[in-house]
Amino acid sequence: MSPNQLGFYTLLKKEVMRFWSVLGQTVTAPVLTALLYLLVFAQALQGRVVTGYDGVSYTQFLLPGLVMMTVLQNAFANTSSSLAQSKVNGNLVFLLMAPIGPIEMFLAYVGAALVRALLVALAMLAVAGPLVGLPIANPVALLAMFLLAGSALAVLGMIAGIVSTKFDHLAAFSNFIITPLSFLSGVFYSVHSLPPIWFTASHLNPFFYMIDGFRYGFFGHADVSIWLSLGWTAGFFVLMATICLWMLVTGYKLRK
Amino acid sequence: MNTSSPAALSIDGVRKAYGAVQALNGLRLDIRQGEFFGLLGPNGAGKSTLISIISGLIRADEGTVSVLGHDTVRDWRAARRQLGVVPQELVFDPFFKVVDLLRIQAGYYGCGREVWPWIDEMLERLELGNKRTAMMRSLSGGMKRRVLIAQALVHRPPVVILDEPTAGVDVELRRTLWRFMRDLHSRGTTVVLTTHYLEEAQEMCERIAIVDKGQLRIVETTEGLLNRHPFRFLTLKLADDARLPSQLAELVTSEKAGSIELKLDRERHPIASVFAGLKAAGVEIADVSTREPDLEDIFVELTTKSASGVAS
Repeated sequence: MSPNQLGFYTLLKKEVMRFWSVLGQTVTAPVLTALLYLLVFAQALQGRVVTGYDGVSYTQFLLPGLVMMTVLQNAFANTSSSLAQSKVNGNLVFLLMAPIGPIEMFLAYVGAALVRALLVALAMLAVAGPLVGLPIANPVALLAMFLLAGSALAVLGMIAGIVSTKFDHLAAFSNFIITPLSFLSGVFYSVHSLPPIWFTASHLNPFFYMIDGFRYGFFGHADVSIWLSLGWTAGFFVLMATICLWMLVTGYKLRK
Repeated sequence: MNTSSPAALSIDGVRKAYGAVQALNGLRLDIRQGEFFGLLGPNGAGKSTLISIISGLIRADEGTVSVLGHDTVRDWRAARRQLGVVPQELVFDPFFKVVDLLRIQAGYYGCGREVWPWIDEMLERLELGNKRTAMMRSLSGGMKRRVLIAQALVHRPPVVILDEPTAGVDVELRRTLWRFMRDLHSRGTTVVLTTHYLEEAQEMCERIAIVDKGQLRIVETTEGLLNRHPFRFLTLKLADDARLPSQLAELVTSEKAGSIELKLDRERHPIASVFAGLKAAGVEIADVSTREPDLEDIFVELTTKSASGVAS
């Protein structure tokens, strides 16, 4: 392994160790929260909501959306909290003084966020999947949507971590961007059940495509074409990655 | 010393401004390989800005910096591999054990298991052996400072910068640190020290630069710096509440517990002339002692001149 590769691998490992050392907070808690959503919404709405998917119960419809929503929130949380905490604590200097380049830093942070997101997704599917009886129609689409959407939110988390100079800023990103976009993305309902204006608005929300494309991987059909979902998610990832890499290369809010 | 080898640190025309405030104003300085070098200056002189530019945390508006011939912007990876910096602030990652933190830091520099024995040696030398598996957040301030020092040295850098490493630490840590640094220096490591404890700089450093208001005031060997001062100090205790004659009163620098310190120009005020003046005025002396100027006197002299120069 070259010194540069070892630098990348060490940062990736360190970021995984960071969330691993507080696993109860970073994996167990979000899984439990999502499963509570599943329990409550399934109990309250099973049989009352038309999913628009033939032969798919509301609980089956709900689970993939909840898994993807948890993936998105945890990918974002992993990178944003790590960077913001290191900035506020001041220990980010040890990374900034090291011979680790912008690309290595980018890949290591995103990689660790995907590991956390994967753990959360697998835990949810392992616990709730057998109970709900979830099919897997297209594993390639599932994997592609997981990687693209998880990476996009991990990168958005990096941007939030870089921009934030205090935890209030980070909370604002989470409360005013991530949570509303997650809840208005069709996790709990099919967008076809919405009034026209909200139906149109949903189609401008990148989170909608991430969840819809992920759902396609399980059921083989979704509200919109899988290609449209892949296109929107890939486009969002490229936009976020461009902004983030620009920040890392120029040292925006990192190097004065 | 091989004069053809590149400087350990070469700082050429570095400027940095924060709005209207010029933190560094065209600073030029070469620090030779193997030197124990003191970088001194009052608060706000630009020392920390300079160290941040050298380590890549701040980008200079103008000028270049190279570490052992590697430009810190164009050849940043190689430059950073040659450099270890102990930051001034007590910053740490609370999630890790001491030994894990040091191994992670080594990994950032592309160093693997081959440096683990060195990490173990540092833990012993810095008296952290019984804290190797302690969580960082559980350590006292002094212990955290030791870890910071070890973190800067994990990749065995040939050039080490210590930014006020002994600020607020106890005597034991100071002794441990200086013993360790002397040993590293004797094995060829270039050490650059900034400190407000000038007696430390006087004792440890071979050459000293004084920076003030973003400019280099002087760079000189420690001995040369001490010798170039044209003053010496004479402390008198006068008998029976006697008063100094007026021509000597203007030389008084301090008066404490009945002792009066006079600052004497070696040329203009030989000690014999002071005694002659006292005798002529009929003043009796109860006690007398002399003191050669130390680095603090020279520091005050240079930075005070600078301040008055700017004010005028």
